[in-house]
Amino acid sequence: MNVVIAGAAETDEVGRLPHHSTLQLHLEAARNALADAGLTKDDIDGVATVGTPGPIQVAHALGITPAWLDGTGVGGSSFLFHVRHAAAAIRAGLCHTVLITHGESGRSRVGAGRYGMGPDSLLGQFEVPYGVVGPPTSFTITALRYMKETGLTHEQLAEVAVAQRRWSHLNPRAMFRDLITVEDVFASRMVAYPFHLLECCLVTDGGGALVVTSAERARRSPVHLLGSGESAESPIISQMEDFTTSKAFRRSGEAAFAEAKITHEDVDHLMVYDAFAHVPIYGLEDLGFVGRGEAGAFIAEGHTSPGGRLPMNTNGGGLSYTHTGMYGMFAIQEAVRQLRGEAAAQVPGVEVSVVLGNGGMFASAATLVLANRLP
Amino acid sequence: MKPAPKPTPDTQPFWDGTAAGELRIQRCQTCARHYFYPRPCCPHCGSDQVEWVRASGRATLYSYVINHRPAPGFEDEGPYAIAVVELEEGVRMMTNLVGVENVPEKLPLDMELRVVFERRGEVSVPLFEPAATDAGGAR
Repeated sequence: MNVVIAGAAETDEVGRLPHHSTLQLHLEAARNALADAGLTKDDIDGVATVGTPGPIQVAHALGITPAWLDGTGVGGSSFLFHVRHAAAAIRAGLCHTVLITHGESGRSRVGAGRYGMGPDSLLGQFEVPYGVVGPPTSFTITALRYMKETGLTHEQLAEVAVAQRRWSHLNPRAMFRDLITVEDVFASRMVAYPFHLLECCLVTDGGGALVVTSAERARRSPVHLLGSGESAESPIISQMEDFTTSKAFRRSGEAAFAEAKITHEDVDHLMVYDAFAHVPIYGLEDLGFVGRGEAGAFIAEGHTSPGGRLPMNTNGGGLSYTHTGMYGMFAIQEAVRQLRGEAAAQVPGVEVSVVLGNGGMFASAATLVLANRLP
Repeated sequence: MKPAPKPTPDTQPFWDGTAAGELRIQRCQTCARHYFYPRPCCPHCGSDQVEWVRASGRATLYSYVINHRPAPGFEDEGPYAIAVVELEEGVRMMTNLVGVENVPEKLPLDMELRVVFERRGEVSVPLFEPAATDAGGAR
C-alpha cells in the first residue's frame, strides 16, 4: 500500500507568538493541515504528537476519538518517527488516516512543558554537575574532536550558517533573512567555543501538522513516502560512541535509502536537522552524500546553496528560519513544499527529497525519503 | 552553588568511590571490558557478571567546549571548559578541567590528564587536571 503525506501545513505564523498557547499552536497547525488535505477531523482516526500537551489532549481538543495513538517522544526527530509509525499502522490496517501535530512555545513558553531532569537522572548525575546549560553547551561538544580528526576549519563551520542564510534570504517567513559572511559569524557573540551565536539555532514559537494516509484516500496530489528509517544512540552526549559520526544518522539513513531503493544520485533536495552548524556536516557524511571529512568543503564550495547540486535546508533551517525546540516538523514541511513546487525558495524540478531528523543531542534519528512520483 | 548529583542505587558505588578519593568504574568479568555509566549489565556482551574496579585516574582530553554563558553556580568562573575525557581504561566521561587556564591554546586535544575530586555538598565529583602539574589529590 502506498502511504502518502496528503496534507501539510504550519501555523499561520512562526517566530514570536506570545499570544498563542502551546495547545493553540497544535490546533492551528492541525486545522491548517486538514484544510490543506481537503479532509475534516472526522476523517482522522489516528493521532500522533510529542511533548506538551500530548496526543490525548490534542485528539480530545479536536473532537477526535482515535483508534490509534503514537506519543513517541524522542526529541526533535519525533515527527519523522510518527510518519514512519503511521505508515506501518496504516499498512497494518490499524487506522486509515493519521494526524501528526507539533506546537511549541519554545520562545514565549506559553502553556509549555518544563525543561530539565532531576539531579538523580543520568544527565543530572553525569553531565549537569559540570555546568551544562542545555544544548548549546553539550550538543556542540563533539565538534572540536571532529575538527581535529577531519581538518574541518572554523571558517568551514561558519560557512554552514552563511550557506543557510542564502536560503532564508529568499524566504519571507524566516526570522533571519539578511545575508551574512564568515566574518559576521566570527563577530557574533561566542556562546560555547567553537560556536558563535550565528552557528546556533533560533528559539521560536510555532507549529506544524501532517496528514498521513493511503494514496487512495488522498484528495490532493500526494507526497509519497518511499522509505524511512529510525535509530537511537546514547541518551547523554558524553557517551556517544564516536564524536565524529552519528550511528543513529547512519543506521536510519541506510534503512530509508534501502527501502526506497534509491541512490544518492536520485536525491534532488535534502533537509538535515540543524540545531547547530556542525549537525548538517555530520548529516551529509553519515547519509553518504560525501565522504568522511568532505562535508565542510562541500558546503563552503556552495554545493548546498541556491544553484548548488544538492540544495540543503532550503527554508533557512533551524539556524535562520525557525526552531521551536523540536524542529523536525519544519524540515518535513519544507520537503513537502519543495516536492509540491510551493516553496518560498523553490528548487526547480525536485522529485525526490530526503529528510534527516535529529532528536536530543545525536540521541535519536530518523530519515524519510519523500517523492512526488512513484519510482 | 554548583549543581550536585544525587546518587541512585545503581550509581551509589561510583559516588562512594569519589567520596573516598577513588574513580571507580565497572568492568565485565565475562568479556573483561570496562564500561561507564553505571549499569547492572555489560553493554558489550550482555553479561551480568560485572564488578567495580578502581580506574587509574589517568585520562586524555577527547573533546570540549568553552561555555561563555555560565550555568548556575559557575558565574564566578569566567568562560569554562565542559570536557569529555577518555580514561586509560577506554571509557569516557564528562568533566571540568582544573589547574589549567580554560582557553583553547592551553587545551590541545589528547593532552594527558589525571583525576582530582571536588566536594559538592554531600558528594564529590571527578574533575581532571593536566598530568604534568605537581598539584594533585583532593581539592
